[in-house]
Amino acid sequence: MDRFVFLTLDGLSKGAVYAAFALALVLIWRSTRIVNFAQGALAVVTAYIAYSVTGATGSYWVGFAAAIVSGLVLGAIVERGVMRFVEQAPPLNAVTVGLGLVLLIQGILGMVYANDFRFFPAPVGQQALKAGDLALVSPFDLLVFGTVVLVMLLLALLFTRTRVGLRMRAAAFAPEVSRLLGVNVGRMLTLGWALAAAVGALAGMLVIPTGLGLHPTAMDLVFVSAFTAAVVGGFDSPVGAVVGGLVVGLVLSYVTGYFGADLTPIAVLVLLLAVLLVRPGGLFAGAKARHV
Amino acid sequence: MNGGPILDVTGLVAGYGGAPVLHDITLSVGRGAIVAVLGANGAGKTTLLRTLSGLLKPSAGRIVFDGTELRGIPVDRLVQRGMAHVPEGRGVVTELTVDENLRLGGLWRSDRAAAAAALAEVYELFPPLAARRRHAGHQLSGGERQMLAIGRALVASPTLLLLDEPSLGLAPKITAQIMTLLAQLRERTGLTVLLVEQNVRSALSIADHGVVMALGRIVVETGSAALRDDEDLRHAYLGF
Repeated sequence: MDRFVFLTLDGLSKGAVYAAFALALVLIWRSTRIVNFAQGALAVVTAYIAYSVTGATGSYWVGFAAAIVSGLVLGAIVERGVMRFVEQAPPLNAVTVGLGLVLLIQGILGMVYANDFRFFPAPVGQQALKAGDLALVSPFDLLVFGTVVLVMLLLALLFTRTRVGLRMRAAAFAPEVSRLLGVNVGRMLTLGWALAAAVGALAGMLVIPTGLGLHPTAMDLVFVSAFTAAVVGGFDSPVGAVVGGLVVGLVLSYVTGYFGADLTPIAVLVLLLAVLLVRPGGLFAGAKARHV
Repeated sequence: MNGGPILDVTGLVAGYGGAPVLHDITLSVGRGAIVAVLGANGAGKTTLLRTLSGLLKPSAGRIVFDGTELRGIPVDRLVQRGMAHVPEGRGVVTELTVDENLRLGGLWRSDRAAAAAALAEVYELFPPLAARRRHAGHQLSGGERQMLAIGRALVASPTLLLLDEPSLGLAPKITAQIMTLLAQLRERTGLTVLLVEQNVRSALSIADHGVVMALGRIVVETGSAALRDDEDLRHAYLGF
């Protein structure tokens, strides 16, 4: 029972990261109907930037800020420089371009930083706090959870309470009508990609210190988990992405805890397959009513 | 503001990549006029509106709106100049609430007080919308959606309103209400309306002029009374 409680809390903490990463995928999907396969690689780039900045300044938090800012910039560059040209094209074009970006980014990172695992320290302890004999959560888990909840609240406020949020939603739902109403849809798409990449960068900064280590491919498995989370959530629903992230986190934590870490990558894929077979629209797919 | 026509179109040619849909359209719309654009399905009425509002780039010809040539001005800048286009199928963003849809219409305005005042006025104009502020667009009836689409355009306080088939799918009584409202708006604000309609009778009931299109050309341009009363014209182009 103690072990179950520990695994549950650990799973929720990991799941929070998957949720954030899945949310970034959903943000882009909703506005451009593109699955950003390069999101993991982009997050790794920002983590390397954070690594360099932290190395130079000695402060994790300065590096953290550098990761978020470089995520914003990188997301905007990728949308303006690459994805804009495939947004209107058949879906496969964007997939190919995204995977091409992954190879390009991983190649460049390997050349600049070498393909070694680098130790990326966490800002706070990762030893679980104990209540009596019961191992519960580490301070780092609490940091992860708090940060993700905060970011989601901020995103929700941005989208529902601000003028730019209303513009972004309108541009995603009805680009043509939005243009007629004076919304610069192209700018909203760039902003959406920038925000998503920043959220991805944040997720990277929260997951890479947890034993993953920094490596050009460090986020590959996280990407698969987050992709599964987004599929579980139906890909169109921010709430679904969050719930999907927590579900995936829990499943993986139980598999790792009870059956061993070797099975974790397979478990993600089995879960993905199961959802696609049983409920391809995701658990949160409502009766889809797209009106004209 | 000058005294000339609010819209002056010369030699307009436009289409969707293949053969042009609009051939050599020349049209002038005076300030404060209500002009009905009539014609059969596929005559190019919707294409004309889409070209006027910049959604479709013309391959030839010029559009002068309120004294400014529109070439090179992006679609999302036209609303600031006073042009509002309510597209066919109403264009309500169904995922957003009534209030969000309406606010969207005034977001471009830097003068927030004016935007808020225009919003309040629209709610006054359409009491059913005021009662359903928090409802999502997809919860509205067809008539309410049409009110929302027109109301949203009005939040921008336009000088020219391009309306594409406002009567589509609406009960005759509601269509009549909308036509009356347009006539009242014109009286009160001097709004110019370019009204594309299949429903010839209701369009001509409020229009000053009628423009009949066939196969992408303007074939008749005359006073609306003439269109109503000239049986040969009606038979030849409007089918009744």
